[in-house]
Amino acid sequence: MIDYWPLLGIALVVLGFALKFNPLLVVAIAAIVTGLLGGMPFFKVLAALGHGFNQNRNVTMIYIVLPVIGMLERYGLQQQARALIRGMKRATVGRLLIIYMGFRQIFAALGLTTIAGPAQTVRPLVAPMALAAAEKEHGELDEDTAERVKAMSAATDNVGLFFGEDIFLAVSSILLIQGALAAFNIQLTPFQLSVWAIPTAICAFLIHGIRLMLFDRQLRRRK
Amino acid sequence: MIDVHWLYVFAGAVFASFAVGSARNKANPKRWGNAAFWALVAVSFWLGDILGDIGNGVLVLALVALAGAQLLGRSAGHSTTDEERQRFSERFGNKLFLPALIIPFIAFVGTLLFTYTPLKDIGLIEPKSVTLVLLGLGVIVALVTCYMWLRSPALAGVDEGSRLADSIGWALVLPQMLASLGAVFAAAGVGDTIGAIAANIIPHGSIFLAVLLYGLGMVIFTMIMGNAFAAFPVMVTAIGVPILIHQDGGNPAVIGAVGMLTGFCGTLMTPMAANFNIVPAALLELKNQYGVIKMQVPTAIPLLIANLLILYVAGFHL
Repeated sequence: MIDYWPLLGIALVVLGFALKFNPLLVVAIAAIVTGLLGGMPFFKVLAALGHGFNQNRNVTMIYIVLPVIGMLERYGLQQQARALIRGMKRATVGRLLIIYMGFRQIFAALGLTTIAGPAQTVRPLVAPMALAAAEKEHGELDEDTAERVKAMSAATDNVGLFFGEDIFLAVSSILLIQGALAAFNIQLTPFQLSVWAIPTAICAFLIHGIRLMLFDRQLRRRK
Repeated sequence: MIDVHWLYVFAGAVFASFAVGSARNKANPKRWGNAAFWALVAVSFWLGDILGDIGNGVLVLALVALAGAQLLGRSAGHSTTDEERQRFSERFGNKLFLPALIIPFIAFVGTLLFTYTPLKDIGLIEPKSVTLVLLGLGVIVALVTCYMWLRSPALAGVDEGSRLADSIGWALVLPQMLASLGAVFAAAGVGDTIGAIAANIIPHGSIFLAVLLYGLGMVIFTMIMGNAFAAFPVMVTAIGVPILIHQDGGNPAVIGAVGMLTGFCGTLMTPMAANFNIVPAALLELKNQYGVIKMQVPTAIPLLIANLLILYVAGFHL
């Protein structure tokens, strides 16, 4: 007999996110409800939540870059990123982001995943450059279009990262696959696994690249 | 040996500086809420290992209470104006990019040195923490460079860091909260339930349908957990190994590697993957907190189909 009660926590998360309650509140309530329904006493749930939070401090570590980025913004980094793009005649949003995605995939495939990201590169460099490229070609952008250009910059960073990193042998997801299969006596080397990340990496580059070129055309048609 | 605890001390100091900067920002009517929030994160980095599980749990509830009661706000505070920034950028020119490139440069050179040269054996840095240690080093070098070259006021780093932290707000700890939710889900047996459901609806006799179920199961479970890492062991145990590999004779390397990447398509489509999807929306000051996800879905779905085809063709017919 399958015990369906723990799934109520998932339903709470979906509902809470859909109704746009504060996500921290939604997550905490879902965790407590799920734990209680799973038969854990309250203090055990609280301990599990605290333990999980403490064990995952690495996730928040990346924000130690904020003072550096903020300092450079203070002295005009975003303005300079825009100026650089305005000087390039053939730059478009699509071309710029395709090149960025290519570099992001290659660096991630070499194991260099933290050299770029939303805080490190997208906010200070990529998004201002993409906006400048769009403004250069299409004039002043309405708020909605500017929002889409910024969102596309962040999306491109994610696609490049996700579908590049697994080509690197020592990335945690490859090690996880190896470990999970080894539990069933299926022995594979990281190399055997990471080779099979290449076809998907190519597909991701092509699919998102085509979308970026279509994005350029959409922007052109707005006028 | 330099290990991750050195980084915790440094990160605690950075978050403490956010607290100070937020408290200084009189233009923010909710500045004390922000200051308390970042101070709690600093406490977590500094004292997390001493507080004990219950203590950390109470800290989490305090963070949630501050965010849930909407006690956090934001405002520009002590920064330069757009006109001043324009003048600065004309004065410093492209050299402004150099400090920004220090962090990636140190990550790049350091990773090469500590992966491919004898340096990796001298035990200076604990191997698991190399990436984070290099990140911390890069931040310190870049900050020192900024202060010396730009001759900023002493508290500029504090003010500017907290300006960005306040613009992200509570979303900054959401990824860490979701990771702990994952731990509670696991302890309560959510993975077992989902695995049992998936195993129950397994179609027999059709490899293609089994591949489809495996791939969609990865995507849906990843969207729920916000992380393909949590979904992978469950789906491999329920379908990947017993059906695709043992019963149908699929290539285990393809089933494993492409299965995980199929899960990544789910990561592109879920607010639960907050560090990739929600935090950037906050950082870029988007009006729609789901704006980044909306741009990713039209890439994720064709890529999901491509992955299913790779699984089917390369897994069973090559």
